[in-house]
Amino acid sequence: MTMTRYAIPIAIFVALVALLGVGLKLDPREVPSPLIGKPAPHFELPQLHETTRMFTERDMLGKVWMLNVWASWCVSCRDEHPVLLDLATSGAVPLYGLNYKDKREDGLAWLKSMGDPYRISIYDFDGKVGIDYGVYGVPETYVIDKLGVIRYKRIGPLTPQILKEKVLPLVRELERA
Amino acid sequence: MPRLLALLLLLFAASVSAKEAAPAAADPALEKRVMALAEQLRCLVCQNQTLADSNAPLAEDLRNQVREKMRLGASDSEIVDYMVARYGDFVLYRPPFKLTTVLLWFGPLLLLAAGFVVLLRRILRRPPAQDPEMTVSERKRAAELLAGSEAERL
Repeated sequence: MTMTRYAIPIAIFVALVALLGVGLKLDPREVPSPLIGKPAPHFELPQLHETTRMFTERDMLGKVWMLNVWASWCVSCRDEHPVLLDLATSGAVPLYGLNYKDKREDGLAWLKSMGDPYRISIYDFDGKVGIDYGVYGVPETYVIDKLGVIRYKRIGPLTPQILKEKVLPLVRELERA
Repeated sequence: MPRLLALLLLLFAASVSAKEAAPAAADPALEKRVMALAEQLRCLVCQNQTLADSNAPLAEDLRNQVREKMRLGASDSEIVDYMVARYGDFVLYRPPFKLTTVLLWFGPLLLLAAGFVVLLRRILRRPPAQDPEMTVSERKRAAELLAGSEAERL
């Protein structure tokens, strides 16, 4: 009797602590994107370097590619930048940039001083395309397959580990498809 | 230098107030509807604030988006769908009823029910209170005490 009398409340307490402990470890910033498995939203935006030339996601049909959302005002983008430069040199996947809610001069100056990993950067001044892609924490990165479907989204900076363990294997798999 | 700083601050203050005042004055009824809907949506940048409360640039953009859609005649549920399609159910402060949210909706009720079950079982299981029998000497003393108090009163 006395055993169960203490055992049950203690068991309940331990279960509660475990539940709350797991809750603490969850990252509320990692919002599962509803866009995964859906066609990449359509856009047609001017290029950052040559604003008279347009770029749309349709130009990339038939290729597996990566879209990285960045801005010169974004602090984490600074951390991420070397990773992107390495990725670009490796040529593992075509990397395109979306310059998000930035001043054009600032964006260009940033690429000039830090190096430009992008084949093309597109210029989303008012952030409307960003909204269509559910962007809320720059940097964000999307992997889009040959059919133009979003297969992966990362909110926050890419790290060499994430690239090696998740992104690049996915890209290879999609390229074989 | 301090004068320059003061000037900058002033300019900044002016631009801020101008930005916030402009749309509100445009159409009060529309603005009320925008804010009512924005109250139900989560700002994803500062997650414990609603879109209505937040001053984050993204929240401002999204409010503008809501306003623009309302102006074009979109219903509230169409706008909610638009948000959910981009940011997921997480944007809703009132989560939808789904298989994955059953525990969220009924968890508290379940705990309450469990509490009642435990309480009921304890009440039913408690042994009934017994009338303790008095011994002969106790009866005698009780009678004496009662008689004594009667006598005192008389």
